[in-house]
Amino acid sequence: MKIRLLPRITRWHPIATTLILAGTLAAIARFTYGLGATTNLSDEFPWGLWIGFDFLGIGLAASGFTIVAAVHLFHAKEYEPIVRPAILTAFIGYMLVVLVLILDLGRPDHFWHPLVMWNPHSVMCEISWCLMLYTSVLSLEFAPIVLERFNILWPIKWIHAISLPLMIFGVLLSTLHQSSFGSLYLIVPNRLHALWYTPLLPVLFFISCLASGISMILLESLIFSRGGRDLLPTRLRANLAKVIAVILALYFVVRVENLLARGAWHELTTVTYFSLAFYAELLIGFVIPFGLLVVERVRNSRRGLYAATLLVVVGFALNRMNTAITGLESYPAQTYFPSLIEIFIMLGITALGFSAFSFIVKHLPIFEPVAVTPRVRQEAVTARPEPVFLTRHGGDLESS
Amino acid sequence: MLIDLTLCVGCNVCQGACKEENQLPPSEEKYLSLTAYTALSKYNDLYIRRMCQHCDVPTCVSVCPVAALSKSEAGPVAYDGEKCIGCRYCLQACPYHVPKYEWSSTKPRIQKCKFCAPRLAKGLPPACAEACPTGATIFGERDELLLEAARRISAEPTKYVPRIYGKDDVGGTSMLYLSPVPFEQLGFDARLGKIPMPMLTMSALSKVPNVLSVGGVMLGGIWWITNRRSEVAAFEASEKKGETPEHEDKP
Repeated sequence: MKIRLLPRITRWHPIATTLILAGTLAAIARFTYGLGATTNLSDEFPWGLWIGFDFLGIGLAASGFTIVAAVHLFHAKEYEPIVRPAILTAFIGYMLVVLVLILDLGRPDHFWHPLVMWNPHSVMCEISWCLMLYTSVLSLEFAPIVLERFNILWPIKWIHAISLPLMIFGVLLSTLHQSSFGSLYLIVPNRLHALWYTPLLPVLFFISCLASGISMILLESLIFSRGGRDLLPTRLRANLAKVIAVILALYFVVRVENLLARGAWHELTTVTYFSLAFYAELLIGFVIPFGLLVVERVRNSRRGLYAATLLVVVGFALNRMNTAITGLESYPAQTYFPSLIEIFIMLGITALGFSAFSFIVKHLPIFEPVAVTPRVRQEAVTARPEPVFLTRHGGDLESS
Repeated sequence: MLIDLTLCVGCNVCQGACKEENQLPPSEEKYLSLTAYTALSKYNDLYIRRMCQHCDVPTCVSVCPVAALSKSEAGPVAYDGEKCIGCRYCLQACPYHVPKYEWSSTKPRIQKCKFCAPRLAKGLPPACAEACPTGATIFGERDELLLEAARRISAEPTKYVPRIYGKDDVGGTSMLYLSPVPFEQLGFDARLGKIPMPMLTMSALSKVPNVLSVGGVMLGGIWWITNRRSEVAAFEASEKKGETPEHEDKP
């Protein structure tokens, strides 16, 4: 079956090619002329768009650990069909972030230094290690899909043998570095605006990544179901939507309670650049989608769910960009707007990610784990059919 | 070093000596930069000399992922450009905005006051302290300088505000300041507090071992319970059908 990526976007290929080419040229410029000439970063604003992109990429890739934990550790087996898309999303997301990090480093040739030079007091050190280890875990989780395709089956057994500790390790690593991205800013209480700075940053980062990760995978499952078959039956999609609503509510309560407790809510009583940015992220990413997702009709409808999860993802992006850029523009009063080269590199890498995703789903059994890989299924799953496996004609077994 | 702002006449000899010692271009500069490790800025009639504070619990040292920055017993916070990966976390985190980055280079490093570590090793005072003609900057053991500062404040309580900047700020710094007016009016950040900044991070980082151990056991436990549950369900289902139970494993 052919799956087309985002059929609404016409001429995807020329657009992606252009973006990737532009990004490549921008990257060449960055390496040739250095960061100063090609970015708008400065001593007062040493981190910019690319760090925001890292937060975004890692956050949206959170499905990799949430869905794996739900299906393989908590045995919610009915969600099996979205495990592979989730792992692929995470794998690509992490690869992109590693790429951006290397471009962002002043000394890309020293990128391996955290391997041998440690500083246990540094959040950045912890994040580097978590990123490296988790990317390895993801590679191992992803490897069987590739190996299957080329019929190399012996390493799969080995990977399966260590899969349980591997998955637990992956979930723990994700928990650590998803929250650690928030911890990065714990040390700048004097710089980060009070609407975003809180000792709870790591907790908030973790909670919000759960919602955005699941939203991302729901979005994907909706987009890729347009070929006529549903990846997940409506009931399970609605269940996931309910989970998102609960997480959004939890986030909202923790965030607002914390604002009230620290007195930072005063900042919200006046209309400023910062209070508007705050309202935007909270309304778009949390309040509105929560309002939508508590309605059963929305949860059961494709379009409703599409809109709500898209809002969560956009609001999440706003939140991360606000933390990484807007919130830091308050002190010392310093504005930052990324340079064209920074933007082109980011767009190029994003296009690369989408292209890689669409290429891989075309050539590897990502969205049809049940139908395409009977051999592995025979050796792994018993004869008892799971209630949600798809039939050839679409819809799940329960409804047919 | 103790810097008594009441004694500074703004002659800028300290910057000249610093530039000579560090072989930097000799032009006069008003702000810290790649070529000015110390600089005098004027607030009303006062000259404020800024440089790396050489904190006792340095924020930059704590954030550096590869330990390119280090604090030595003698006081200096030293930087090793060979280790640096260029993440610029030190620029982001330094509460005094001290490190400056070689943005125009393709192999950039940070630049900042080195506290004349080579001179200290030879038993010499830093170049700036040695050059200061008025005694506005004096070099010595931190404890003795603190006593001296306290003595000056108590001898002339009308001349100074009763505060030694750097005594406890961000956990104490090697640079100590005396001022005739409140420090907040001189561009010193009043919001930094007395707790060393790295403690803010430690509150989160110290939970890492707990997350790993407790989380690992918990996830393992949940797996075991849910796995057992589906095994039992499979067994019961097969009992009804009279088949042999089969273990369920992940596909």
